[in-house]
Amino acid sequence: MPRLLPLAVMLAISAVAGLALAQFGPQAEPAPRRSGLSFMSPALQALQTDDTQNPAMLAVQDGAQLWQQVEGPAGKACVSCHGSAERSMRGVAARYPAIVAPLGPVNLAGRINQCRQQFQGAAAWPAEHPKALALAAYVGLQSRGLPVAPPPGAAMAALQAQGQALWQQRLGQLNLACSQCHDGLAGQRLAGALIPQGHATGYPIYRLEWQGLGSLQRRLQACMTGVRAQPFDADAPEWLALEAWLAQRAAGMAVETPAVRP
Amino acid sequence: MADQRDTSTPSNVPTTAPTTAPTGATPAPSKVRALVFVPPDLRRGVPAQVRTTLGHPMESGQRRDAMGQAVPQDIVREFEARFDGQLLLAVSLYPAISANPYLAFWLQLDGPATLTLDWRGDHGFAHRETRQLVPV
Repeated sequence: MPRLLPLAVMLAISAVAGLALAQFGPQAEPAPRRSGLSFMSPALQALQTDDTQNPAMLAVQDGAQLWQQVEGPAGKACVSCHGSAERSMRGVAARYPAIVAPLGPVNLAGRINQCRQQFQGAAAWPAEHPKALALAAYVGLQSRGLPVAPPPGAAMAALQAQGQALWQQRLGQLNLACSQCHDGLAGQRLAGALIPQGHATGYPIYRLEWQGLGSLQRRLQACMTGVRAQPFDADAPEWLALEAWLAQRAAGMAVETPAVRP
Repeated sequence: MADQRDTSTPSNVPTTAPTTAPTGATPAPSKVRALVFVPPDLRRGVPAQVRTTLGHPMESGQRRDAMGQAVPQDIVREFEARFDGQLLLAVSLYPAISANPYLAFWLQLDGPATLTLDWRGDHGFAHRETRQLVPV
């Protein structure tokens, strides 16, 4: 096989690829990126953007208290080392998931747990623990409005590529990939629900369906059971790969934590 | 219903509300959480909106847990706002109201007053927030 394909073959391939893409949506051009916020009703948008209405602010209030609270035998609180979260945590959430030695890939909740174990001597919080969500929401809030900025590096790129492959992987009895809805059919409806582009910029989110705060992993799990797929195990590396890809996909978009979604 | 209520101060509500920090101060850590927003620029005779969010599961009693057991009903039943002890607003809440109920109301001040907010519900649930309102 020649190293360079003849031009005619290249054109034929791109025409076929174009047809394949056209099956997923009316437009072959990728739509401009839009936050899920812009797909919601004005009332729901106000619920997120007005801090005096946003119910996730209850958790943020808890997170602010946890920041000051001594935990574990080391007798330290977050504030003992990091000082004021408004200063020290600004922009931090925008850079996660990241690869942290010696753990490997971690998201913000994982990083907080590492801090708890290593420096406070406290036990790690289980996934979806209200305190873990509250502290992640409080730390995430300090990056609100800043652009999502995934860290550079070959290891991150490999993780993002793994996540992208998962994003495009058909799953479950419905045999649907994430990309088929969120890239191809965003703005249209799945039954009564509007399909957003799937930019994970506001986690942890207050989801009205949950009547509470939840992590990105919980949201991804809900989507997977929605396509009748068996979700990955709770500690499976696939979750972090997907999170890393979603951060890369939303790079440059504003952090919205704590977001409200239907 | 508000019109059937006794608007005098009930015995369990102190007529002089405890002095608390002004709006915006971090409350002491407690299991019950509430957010109360009072506009910082209160003016005499100008209506202002007070917004409250109470952290509460509002468990409807209709759901079952992962083991199939009915989750007992646990809802906030009533909310009262008082102005120096005088009833300003009374609200009845029902199981169809979602978790973390948000209530907003307008008030108009002619002078300084203590706003007392009371939520009461199932299993002896009671929570109070007080704010000193000083219009300019």
